[in-house]
Amino acid sequence: MSATPIHSPAANGNGAPLPTAIAVEHIVKRYGDFEAVKDVSFSVAEGEIFGLLGPNGAGKSTLIRMMTTLIPVTAGRAIVAGHDVAKDPDDVRRVIGVIPQALTSDQDLTLEENLSIYAKLYGVPHGEREKNINDVLEAVDLTKWRNAQTKTLSGGMRRRLEIARGLVHNPKIFFLDEPTTGLDPVSRIAVWEMLNNLKSTRNLTMLLTTHYMEEADKLCDRIAIVDHGTLMALGTPVELKNSVAGANVVEVHFDRETEEWEERLKKLEGVTSVQPESAGFYRVLTTSGSKTTMQIVELAQSLGETLTSLSVQNTTLDDVFIHYTGRQLRDEQVKPVFTMPPRPGAQP
Amino acid sequence: MNRMFAIIEREMRKFFRSPTLMIMSLMLPILQLIIIGNAFGGKIVGTHVGVVDHDHGPQAVKLREAFDAVAANIKTFTTIDYPNEVQAREDVRTGKIDAAVIIPEQYSRRVYAQDAPKLGFVVDNSDLFTSSSLEAEMQSLADSMNAPQIQPRLATQIALEIVELYPYVNYLKYLLPMTVALAMYISVMIGGGMLYIDDKARGVHEGYLVTPITKLELVFGLNIAGSIKATLSGLSIGIIGSLIAGLGVVFHPIIMLQMLCLIIAGSIAFNGMMFLLMVRVDDPLVPRAMFGVLNVLLLYPSGAMYPTASFPKWMQAMSVVDPFTYAIHGFKAVLLKDGGWIAIRGDLAFLTIFGIGTLLIATPLFKRTL
Repeated sequence: MSATPIHSPAANGNGAPLPTAIAVEHIVKRYGDFEAVKDVSFSVAEGEIFGLLGPNGAGKSTLIRMMTTLIPVTAGRAIVAGHDVAKDPDDVRRVIGVIPQALTSDQDLTLEENLSIYAKLYGVPHGEREKNINDVLEAVDLTKWRNAQTKTLSGGMRRRLEIARGLVHNPKIFFLDEPTTGLDPVSRIAVWEMLNNLKSTRNLTMLLTTHYMEEADKLCDRIAIVDHGTLMALGTPVELKNSVAGANVVEVHFDRETEEWEERLKKLEGVTSVQPESAGFYRVLTTSGSKTTMQIVELAQSLGETLTSLSVQNTTLDDVFIHYTGRQLRDEQVKPVFTMPPRPGAQP
Repeated sequence: MNRMFAIIEREMRKFFRSPTLMIMSLMLPILQLIIIGNAFGGKIVGTHVGVVDHDHGPQAVKLREAFDAVAANIKTFTTIDYPNEVQAREDVRTGKIDAAVIIPEQYSRRVYAQDAPKLGFVVDNSDLFTSSSLEAEMQSLADSMNAPQIQPRLATQIALEIVELYPYVNYLKYLLPMTVALAMYISVMIGGGMLYIDDKARGVHEGYLVTPITKLELVFGLNIAGSIKATLSGLSIGIIGSLIAGLGVVFHPIIMLQMLCLIIAGSIAFNGMMFLLMVRVDDPLVPRAMFGVLNVLLLYPSGAMYPTASFPKWMQAMSVVDPFTYAIHGFKAVLLKDGGWIAIRGDLAFLTIFGIGTLLIATPLFKRTL
């Protein structure tokens, strides 16, 4: 799908640009002939929550790993808190906190021991360690579990411990690689609330990767859509949604699939695009949801067809993603791993 | 420096918090000491020897009385009478009996006439240990039969006077040095090999790499922790194994100090070797697959179970570069011979240089990035 990417810089309330915490300039990562990240540039302002949104394998983790000095940059440069990740990696490491995708805290150790070891690794002075540990445990609401072994915690609590671990040295910039993957919806919302609190109380700059649309929408000040190693679009959630032609999405499910539905829907007034989802099921982007709904009902009646369901929604990040990438974010997840071969003589 | 101690602290806390590594690194060597030590160390008893007597003369009776004495005293074998040689030979072949003695016709007459008397001995030589033992016993009986009835007042034959420097060393004691080295190896294999790669695969190292820890701090932290774990395993087995084998010398302060030095140097050498082998490995299956292979390659050429002098040249060459060889030689010198510092200084030097050398090679190979 053709799309004109938007690249919106961060700005304060008056439209003036904010001081930059992270600047990524024409960054490239190659593994042999394979280009995992292709000439990506963006900047993150101080105090901003910035999201990298894309499906598995889009290059989000590779980007975050380059910015956190975990893998070398092939070309281009990344400046984190004023330090070049290639030239001054130790200076970068001192000012960042990183939460990897996997839960890596030691299960046999207590929460306090885990935090204490990382405080030492980050070089927190002896006199400040105790206070920092108390503060971060309080921030993630795990104070009363301080002396519990990590293996006794739930998945959500362990994720909160990981967040506390990344904050124990009071970093300026916080990188989170898919912070809510594997969590149940309640724990996920709890983590979102906690991250929002941390942002306001600690004046943290956060860069997170996610493949959850809702997470990006609710948590991030700005979002970069990444697919196949390329930055497809960048802006605030509102800017991104407004950049897609059509203010509403109409989801319509016809009782019977015919070849003409897609063409008929495209011809309706105000419709900007039609996305077939499954047999008889279409997502229609339109400038006026109510008008298009009426037209679809009338069309079905005139043809003697039955509507199974009809709903109108505002444009979501899912629609934005489809608009810029030509595919759904969840395509990766529903792709069948095995397809039955057709029966001999069966109609295609 | 603090960061290095943080790595050591993390490793040691995990080591003491999770007893699996400690138990596994102690269990196998102790079992091996008890089972192999008792299985290989004992004398052969209770075998069956067929006797085919075609002579029935006084010398044959004398021979059979000697067999009965063996059966009643050292119990190496008991005898079963056979009517003919063919049946006896067939029963040796099929395993019903372990050997057969053939006393030929005219045996007694030939003994009295000093006319080259001979006894036949059919033995199942597919079992090296049993056949050697029976052959030695039969040779001993034949020698006693050949001894003159009246001994001359002045000995005319050369006699070998054997002086054993040390008290009798049974196989259990002989195996103890191998057991201590094996405990250290298993500790290094599990702690420095498997858990190291598991931590890598779980992303624990990723957590370290985003902190300002230097490559040297990380390498030394991991290796010092691994060496401490191996030292604790070696010391535990040294003491427990000595009690099982009945070697009290380990509690002598100087011998304990010498053992400690050898165990520390051995732990550094084993850990350095393991770190070098694992430094670029990411797949958790690799150390598991290597466990047995390395065990065979390191333990058996070291002379732990059989002297290196009996090895072919290529195996002797392996034993020269094998740190097990020096660890076991040192432990033997200390535990079985009380050889003092002079006996172990070469072993200490090799193990220390080997450990430092492998670490020096491994450190540049260690990647500070993923």
